[in-house]
Amino acid sequence: MPSASGYFRTHYGEDTRLLDTRTKRVCYALLVVILVALPFVASAFLLDLANQVYLAIIGAVALMLLTGYAGQISLGHAGLMAAGAFTAGILFKEVNAPFWITLPASGLVGATIGVIFGLPSLRLRGLYLAVSTLALHFIVIYAGGEYETKRGFSTGVIIAPPRIGSWTLEDPIAWYFVLGLFAAAALLFGLNLLRSRTGRAWRAIRGRETVAEALGIPVARYKLAAFVVSSMMTSVAGCLFAYYRGFVSAEAFSLFLTIQYVAMVIIGGIGSMLGAVLGAVFVVLFPYAIEALTQVLPTPAAWANAVFAINYAAFGLVMILFLLFEPQGLVGIWRRIQNYFLLWPFKQAPLSKGR
Amino acid sequence: MQLTINIVVLAAIYALICCGYVLIYRVSRVMSLAHGELMMLGAYGLFATAGTFSGHPLIAIAVAAVLATMVGVLVYVALMRSMTGEAVLAAVLATIALGIFLRGAMVLVWSAQEQHPIRLLGWTNSAVSIGETARISAAALVLVVVTALAYLSLYFFLKYTVWGIRMRAAGQNPLLAAQRGIGLHGIYALAWALATFTGGIAGMLIASDTALDQTMIIIGLKAFPAALVGGLDSLLGALIGSLIVAAAEVLMIHYIDPLLADVVPFFVLLVFLIVRPWGLYGSKEELDRV
Repeated sequence: MPSASGYFRTHYGEDTRLLDTRTKRVCYALLVVILVALPFVASAFLLDLANQVYLAIIGAVALMLLTGYAGQISLGHAGLMAAGAFTAGILFKEVNAPFWITLPASGLVGATIGVIFGLPSLRLRGLYLAVSTLALHFIVIYAGGEYETKRGFSTGVIIAPPRIGSWTLEDPIAWYFVLGLFAAAALLFGLNLLRSRTGRAWRAIRGRETVAEALGIPVARYKLAAFVVSSMMTSVAGCLFAYYRGFVSAEAFSLFLTIQYVAMVIIGGIGSMLGAVLGAVFVVLFPYAIEALTQVLPTPAAWANAVFAINYAAFGLVMILFLLFEPQGLVGIWRRIQNYFLLWPFKQAPLSKGR
Repeated sequence: MQLTINIVVLAAIYALICCGYVLIYRVSRVMSLAHGELMMLGAYGLFATAGTFSGHPLIAIAVAAVLATMVGVLVYVALMRSMTGEAVLAAVLATIALGIFLRGAMVLVWSAQEQHPIRLLGWTNSAVSIGETARISAAALVLVVVTALAYLSLYFFLKYTVWGIRMRAAGQNPLLAAQRGIGLHGIYALAWALATFTGGIAGMLIASDTALDQTMIIIGLKAFPAALVGGLDSLLGALIGSLIVAAAEVLMIHYIDPLLADVVPFFVLLVFLIVRPWGLYGSKEELDRV
């Protein structure tokens, strides 16, 4: 939380500290307590929502690292998730591999695909890069669908819940903690990367590639690293998703999923980890909010069995509104509110911004 | 023989869609990922006007074409205008958002049912035989002719008319063009209008040939590799790229696996992005190389 009175830092280390003030530490400790207590009071439905949010956070953090910080556009996010999910599914079906093998395996597959996704980025920029990742998305999905049809799992691959020793991960509350830990790990990993040399290199590349190169940053290596890290995390998220749902199918990873993840980054606020979290929460809860709204508001009878269409339309509209009127995303709104209270009774922010 | 005709028809479909991508990209350096949806909107426009002006098919088609053009202007004025000068990412995302919105809105208005606007017009899509063995449907024949006409007229428009020259100027150097007194917003709006017009026509013809349903969005997406293969800023390239992609697709489906249909264009695209990222006829410096 920024303080209105200015920054009193005496070491360089304090600049990169994650929790720099006591208020912040207390707030986050409170948050952790609330999150730990949540599953014991929440209903099954709420628990499922929370789990979905955690899954989305892993993916959103991965995409935020790539797009929000390293500045590389990717439209292949759903393809990467599918790669992770199908790695888990195929390994489980073919060699009956346990959870602790499939998870690293899908990470590995993700990293490999990340290199492939990243290679065009060494030659291409902007639009062209977006398109090449889009092409890879279609190819991964095709490969997955091909596996399904060739092996006769035309409706999808069913995966048994993960088993570690004699303990199976089935209970939603257990899932809540596992996914929560994974999401927290992803967030911490991302934040730590960002305050290291790698993160600074990514920001420089995003700012201006030529200058980054001139500063002595090996641009190609760091670009590839961004793709590998992001793809690996996404792939692991895909694997977790497969286990959580107990089911893998190529249809689940449509282009719309990619758009949802991109929307998380945009709606949350590009270039901010808090944004990734807020965006994930917003996008996951959005369809449920819309459903609740359609039950309250009078809607034409013909719309009753077109819930997905209402979702699409509303989702597109919200995305457009954010792009037009709040390009900073939810984080922008959050900062403005913060500043309003911090600066009150004044309106102008101090000229020297703390960060 | 039948294969050749299939290739030509598919190439014509892709080419007609592609000129929208090329026009918008060439003039404003924005890639519209909502083109499939806009195309479908054009087809639904025909569906709507065919219901209203039943008995006057020509009026219905003309009104639908005008509507499609208006949609382009509307999209530019309402959405893309505020995206000019923004980062590429923002503009592309805006078109993606628009696409999602349209996809939902169209289902809400017209439901997801398969429609046949040509029946409402009172025409039938009969097959015409060519030579001994091959057949082509009337709508597909019209499509090929319309594509040829569209490309010819676009060529003359860009080469000889004042507005066409202005468009090229705006595409080459927006700042200089603006300094010479060319209204950029007008030009951009015109590019969008032309794109949705050709896209809408393509949508109407595809809907007449097969049916009007959600698969049209995929066709729109699949036409995109064709534009890139040819070079995103060249109309001639778009034509040849469409031919290449269509030939690859038809042949692969015929000889290897029908399931490949949705992937082949993207395979071709990837190969081209690795070998020759600026496309066959695109200008090399377009691609802001690293």
